[in-house]
Amino acid sequence: MREKLEALKREALDRISAAGDLNLVNEIRVMYLGKKGELTGILRGMGSLSPEERPVIGQLANEVRESIENGLNSKTAALKEAEKYEKLDRETIDVTLPGRTFNVGRRHPLTQVMNEIKEIFLGLGFEIADGPEVELDYYNFEALNFPADHPARDMQDSFYIGDGVLLRTHTSSVQPRVMEKKAPAIPVKAIGLGKVYRRDDDATHSPMFHQVEGFMIDKKISFSDLKGVLLIVFRQMFGEDRQIRLRPSFFPFTEPSAEVDVSCIICNGEGCRTCSNTGWLEILGAGMIHPNVLKMSGYDPEQVTGFAFGMGIERVVMLKYGIDDLRLYFDNDKRFLAQF
Amino acid sequence: MRVSYKWLKDYVDIPVPPEELAEKMTMAGVAVENIEYPGKGLDNIVTARIEKISPHPNADKLVICSINTGSEVLQVVTGAPNVREGQVILLALVGAVLPGGRITRAKLRGIESYGMLCSAQELGLDPENFPPDQREGILEFPEDTHLGMDVKELLGLDDAILELELTPNRADCLSMVGVAREVAAVLGTALHLPEIAVREIAESINGKVSVTIEEPELCGRYVGRLVRKVRIGPSPVWMQRRLQAAGIRPISNIVDVTNYVLMELGQPLHAFDYDKLQDQAIIVRRGRPGEKMYSLDDVERELNPEMLVIGDAGRAVAIAGVMGGLDTEITEGTTSVLIESAWFNPASIHRTSKKLGLRSESSARFEKGIDINGCLLAATRACQLIDEMGAGETVRGAVDNFPRPQDNPVIRLRPERVSLIMGVEVPGDMIKEIMERLGFRAAPEGKDLLVEVPTRRGDIALEIDLIEEVARLFGYNNIPTTLPEGANTEARRTREQVITDQVAGVMVECGLMEIITLSFMNPRVFEMLSLAENDPLRNAVTIDNPLSEEQRYLRTTMIPGMLDIMSRNTARKNADLAFFEIGRIFSPVDGQKLPRETAALAAGVMGRTRGGWNTEPVPMDFYYLKGVMETLMEALNIRKYSIIPEMGNPAFHPGRTAILETAGERIGIIGEIHPGVLEKYRLNERACIMQVSIEGLIRASGGVRRYSPLPRYPAVDRDMAIVVGRDVPAVEINRVIRKTGGELLQDISLFDVYQGEQIKEGYKSMAFSLRFQASDRTLTDEEVNGIHEKIQQALKDRFEAELRS
Ligand SMILES: [Zn+2]
Repeated sequence: MREKLEALKREALDRISAAGDLNLVNEIRVMYLGKKGELTGILRGMGSLSPEERPVIGQLANEVRESIENGLNSKTAALKEAEKYEKLDRETIDVTLPGRTFNVGRRHPLTQVMNEIKEIFLGLGFEIADGPEVELDYYNFEALNFPADHPARDMQDSFYIGDGVLLRTHTSSVQPRVMEKKAPAIPVKAIGLGKVYRRDDDATHSPMFHQVEGFMIDKKISFSDLKGVLLIVFRQMFGEDRQIRLRPSFFPFTEPSAEVDVSCIICNGEGCRTCSNTGWLEILGAGMIHPNVLKMSGYDPEQVTGFAFGMGIERVVMLKYGIDDLRLYFDNDKRFLAQF
Repeated sequence: MRVSYKWLKDYVDIPVPPEELAEKMTMAGVAVENIEYPGKGLDNIVTARIEKISPHPNADKLVICSINTGSEVLQVVTGAPNVREGQVILLALVGAVLPGGRITRAKLRGIESYGMLCSAQELGLDPENFPPDQREGILEFPEDTHLGMDVKELLGLDDAILELELTPNRADCLSMVGVAREVAAVLGTALHLPEIAVREIAESINGKVSVTIEEPELCGRYVGRLVRKVRIGPSPVWMQRRLQAAGIRPISNIVDVTNYVLMELGQPLHAFDYDKLQDQAIIVRRGRPGEKMYSLDDVERELNPEMLVIGDAGRAVAIAGVMGGLDTEITEGTTSVLIESAWFNPASIHRTSKKLGLRSESSARFEKGIDINGCLLAATRACQLIDEMGAGETVRGAVDNFPRPQDNPVIRLRPERVSLIMGVEVPGDMIKEIMERLGFRAAPEGKDLLVEVPTRRGDIALEIDLIEEVARLFGYNNIPTTLPEGANTEARRTREQVITDQVAGVMVECGLMEIITLSFMNPRVFEMLSLAENDPLRNAVTIDNPLSEEQRYLRTTMIPGMLDIMSRNTARKNADLAFFEIGRIFSPVDGQKLPRETAALAAGVMGRTRGGWNTEPVPMDFYYLKGVMETLMEALNIRKYSIIPEMGNPAFHPGRTAILETAGERIGIIGEIHPGVLEKYRLNERACIMQVSIEGLIRASGGVRRYSPLPRYPAVDRDMAIVVGRDVPAVEINRVIRKTGGELLQDISLFDVYQGEQIKEGYKSMAFSLRFQASDRTLTDEEVNGIHEKIQQALKDRFEAELRS
């Protein structure tokens, strides 16, 4: 009997070790350890043993059962483990395939830059003012010290809507509107942004475009303050190492007036095509608010002074993104809009 | 304004090269846009004499010249037809680079050639600037011309032309002397202005010319001087060269002199043939209705009372300040010349030159304002030049009709004001020095200066104008950079601005791209949108002077702009569009000058969402856009709004359109565009658009958000499927369910709508998921079943809904 048990054990362990899947392992379990299994069969023959032999063989039989069970358990565990790996392996995907898609919304590049400008000025304590796009001649010209016969007031250059009403030609019209409302309170710090209109339509002009106007009125505001504020603004817009340069210029509503250049954002002042090799980009007009303008809107120019500036948004966007055609802005081609 | 650096140096000391001068002027406010070097590239070209010409042994059309450059004799083979011995020509030496290429030592048909004889064209010069007989073929010079002289020196091309870009206030710089004054002020160097005086003959002008100014408002001064014994001919070469440098073509001595004085002093002059003036009278008057005159360019001009005209006793002889008349033109036979030097009203000249489409150097200067006190001097200067070139003799005296003499204004300038505006302390004596550099007399009075400003600086009338002069000559870039002192301000967006930004934000989150379209509207849009005759959208603000008929109106709706952009993208094969725009729409208001401007949101979708290899694209249809709208309402916390079917809008599909209402106010429309409209916009796919009033959204969005506690007891979910008539609106069913469900019904969500197989014709199946929950206890099955049955019953009663299992 001993031999039988030993043989059974060897046979069972061999089978277990050869088993390749869990079903087989279960079959083996039934085959050897089941109620009708071979071990049970052998043990059934215990009755024929002598009383001395019985406990010895009994113990041996238990050892055999244990060995087979251990064998089965560890095989099961091994197979389960292998199966897990196999499953992971089967589940492998091509991670280089593209992901699921979403519609991606975007702001128009002009709005993006206007929002950026708003943030900068809000941070500097400027409020965002608003004015109508259809404007009275008074706010667009007269209150800004444009003489009655100024060429800009010509029918040729502005869109007129009846007598003394026109599409605003610049956001500067926001200036007298705000001043009139606030006078004589100080300080006043405001910007106005939006659409403006001029009777021009060619490769470099659109009949509608966008501007930002900003101004500040207080006691003792000086030209040097204008320089300081603009320097901060341009550094925030175009980077900390920007420099500015002011050249005398002329606008009816400011005096002294200046064209403001910023060191070229493409070449850093070295000279390139964008800046026509000057190292500077002409970007903004500015100046001290003309005493006549202050007076007309209810401020005493002997008591307060102020500065004002105005800038075209389209040009800033062009510089920022290297856009070379103004017409793209209002063309609204999906492929253009998707780039910003 | 083109300024010759060489010519400028006659009037002012310039110790710096042209480039540095340009930089300094620009930084002082007279911008030099460009510097042109007329002699650029013309190197190794010298005067030389043809000593001997011999035939070429191998070519009939070529000759061999021995050419003396003063330092050597060179052999040159040429095919130029007009060569002869003794002729002084320009020789391009080996190494010279001409527009046609580099000159090299070459063999022409076996004979060595060491250069090339030059024509104007070959040098890249404008042949029109040379006498007629020299415009073709090689250039020829007087025989006594020095040999070996550089072409640049010979032709005055060793110059730099500064192109000034003047601001409208600096009309004083529209002349050489004006620029010289500016340069003297900028550099602080000495002026050398011409001494203006003329030799006069015994004959006096008294009784020779009568000048009447009928319109002193339009003609503030009229000076006339008379020149006798005029001999018409070419002007001296130096004068021609200077005019050419300034961009003016030489014509004849008298005309050239008027142009020269125009360039030199900035005073436009006109020369009349004195003998052709009827009664030798000058009458400055308005044009008469129907009056006609041939102008110098031989065009018949119709005059009118808007135009200022110079007349003689009988007719118009010039359009004041704009162009002279043909009848009194200077001709070869002219022997007496009346020189006009006048001041005309800038606005009047502007109107007239614009009306006639005639702009000249003269009209440009009158338009910008000339110095009324410079008229007499300029007339005299012209006489002086004519006298100096021996082209005529000046009659004694001048007619000077000066109805409104103007004195130099005196302006008080306060140094502390200068410092306040500039933001830097500028010492009083420095201010005084700057004034004097400008040629302004400055007399101290206490701490202040009394500054006398010559009338040539018509732009200076106020103290601030003088402060600007100080600032620009002090140098803007020498002014420090400071930050404003004083009270802080708080700045924040207004509620309107915040909500508008939020609206745009939601659109972007929903995957829409922002567009910006022009605010104009094409009148054709009314037809395109099939609008009724009385549709309020037809009531548009009209532009008096649009650039084109398509831009006649200001938009009353954002929808055509959206359709245009969809159409344009479709035409370019950009499919699957999702756009939004935020802008203003305009409508006239009775009795008010300004129209009403309201901000509106437009959103438009077409096609499908982006799909992918494993992403099913979603159709961007009505429900897609409605989802965008619902998301917007949720984001703005607008809970109470209704969507009401709209059948009457001709631009929209009658069965797929709705009005958005909040608190009884229509604030928007959403729907599929009418197929007929789609067709007109060449859209081959269904498109859905909504337009919502931003103001309406702002008014509706006042809701305060309050926290409600999260539920502590479990929820019970039950599904319910019903079959109802096709036309029963979902919103009605929803309302009944909600009402019947009471407060225990937490949430209703519709998860399926189905028509078709297994459903009777004219019916639809709808499946809802209902969530029941109480805040104070766990609901029992009996409770839930009870409510559920009540809801079913209610739906049955109200809509004859059948339960579907
Ligand atoms: Zn650059």
